[in-house]
Amino acid sequence: MGKTFDEINEKIRQGNAVVVTAEEIIGIVEEKGVKEAARQVDVVTTATFGPMCSSGAFINFGHSDPPIRMNKIWLNDVSAYGGLAAVDSYIGATELSESKGMEYGGAHVIEDLVNGKKVRLVAKSHGTDCYPRLDIDTDITLKDLNQAYLFNPRNVYQNYNAATNTSKDIIYTYMGTLLPGCGNVTYSTSGELSPLLNDPEFRTIGIGTRIFLGGTQGYIAWEGTQFILDKERVDPEGTMYAGATLAVIGDLKKMSSRYLRAASFERYGTTMFVGVGIPIPVLDEEVMAFLSVQNRDIYTNVVDYSVPRRSKPSLRKVNYEELRSGSIELNGKTVQTAPLSSLNRAREIAALLKGSIEKGEFFLQEPIQAMPKDRGFNPLKDRAVK
Amino acid sequence: MKKLKVILYFPPESTDKPFTYHLVKDFDIVFNILQAEVQPGKRGRLTMELQGSEKNIEEALEFAKSHGIGYRPFNKNIVRNQGECMDCGACTAVCPSGALYMDKKSWELIFDESKCLLCELCIKACPVKAIDVNMFV
Ligand code: SF4
Ligand code: SF4
Repeated sequence: MGKTFDEINEKIRQGNAVVVTAEEIIGIVEEKGVKEAARQVDVVTTATFGPMCSSGAFINFGHSDPPIRMNKIWLNDVSAYGGLAAVDSYIGATELSESKGMEYGGAHVIEDLVNGKKVRLVAKSHGTDCYPRLDIDTDITLKDLNQAYLFNPRNVYQNYNAATNTSKDIIYTYMGTLLPGCGNVTYSTSGELSPLLNDPEFRTIGIGTRIFLGGTQGYIAWEGTQFILDKERVDPEGTMYAGATLAVIGDLKKMSSRYLRAASFERYGTTMFVGVGIPIPVLDEEVMAFLSVQNRDIYTNVVDYSVPRRSKPSLRKVNYEELRSGSIELNGKTVQTAPLSSLNRAREIAALLKGSIEKGEFFLQEPIQAMPKDRGFNPLKDRAVK
Repeated sequence: MKKLKVILYFPPESTDKPFTYHLVKDFDIVFNILQAEVQPGKRGRLTMELQGSEKNIEEALEFAKSHGIGYRPFNKNIVRNQGECMDCGACTAVCPSGALYMDKKSWELIFDESKCLLCELCIKACPVKAIDVNMFV
């Protein structure tokens, strides 16, 4: 016997929905079984807080007098996109400052705005009859902006490689600093708490799903870029899911830098730690079976980041229980493992989301369209050389 | 000529490398080993006094760092800004001594200062600059 979104929302409205986190559900299913757990629990909250490079914000600055059609735009010396209408722009997290380099980038501009700081806006124009002004140099703050919304084309990776480095030199990557000779292994996931590992076949998550984003309520806007439903069976038991991603949207004006944080990886550049929480309605036993997933059943590849190719070789498969233990065996050697995404903060988000559903402040939104099942992963080809 | 006392911390895979050979040959450094705990395949620790020009000592230490060998001179300490730290764990990936580690229950970052070798590898590894070095002058 299943439940519908409407029935669960009605329970939330009445204040008697049973909500637990994706970590708490594991013990409940172990104790009571999938069937009973599916009957008793209405919503399970999932979350992640990790570096997500494909993040940024749309901004509308408002019109100056005389007005300007901004072609080239800088925010605190970080270039923002000027190819939209007169005073619309997009600031991407990984764009670097022209004066401070890797210390400061688009992500930091966004965090400064969220923290209410003044940000310097410089813009230039070729000038038109309707927009005569040629340049502007002023300060903006988040509250002055007409609109500012986060729109991240690719967040919430379902699963991601763990990284190591077999070369004899230290390398600096978006997976952190990788020591020579497989000196360490880094990984970035909240594992059994991670949203898309708890609904890997998109039974409940789709376009229009209401989510926790950066400290406020946001939405899944579309499939994420490079979205692909990819699964592979692994031994002894378990399925390796990978490849699904989400495009998400939410009001920057309501976000908090506790859940939206600018970061800079040494000799790689800037990125944004984004906090995302997704509630999963327990529609039926199959949904609950997916929700009971544990770190020991979730596998990923340990990939050699010293190979400068699109397809990097995998040294072995590993599950997240092993990665979380602090070390794994690699080529007969014990290698220390380190996380890059904050499980501690992801737990905070899952608990926060649970609380706001219990209090009747957060309702579930049924997807208005399902995620595509047929996407491929197309490479970028170089032009053929004659 | 300058003298500097340092502890060098070797990750397991580099203990066999003839590091001291490079010190002499590439950086013209005279050294005196004060303490050595080096076993093949295990983490090694070498306390030594380096003697050479300031530039050569600096370069030798850079060389060590680029090979994943941590080092600790004896005149500063590492501080973590708890408010800034988001408990991501990125710094633990490079900490050679286990001074920085994640609590396996709460997944908070723990800093055990007594184990810190002052290699400073964590400072740049932290994506939000929550770790800094304090100099005693
Ligand atoms: S300086 Fe940082 S990385 Fe080096 S031992 Fe101390 S805590 Fe660890
Ligand atoms: S890398 Fe920085 S933010 Fe992350 S746990 Fe270490 S000190 Fe905290």
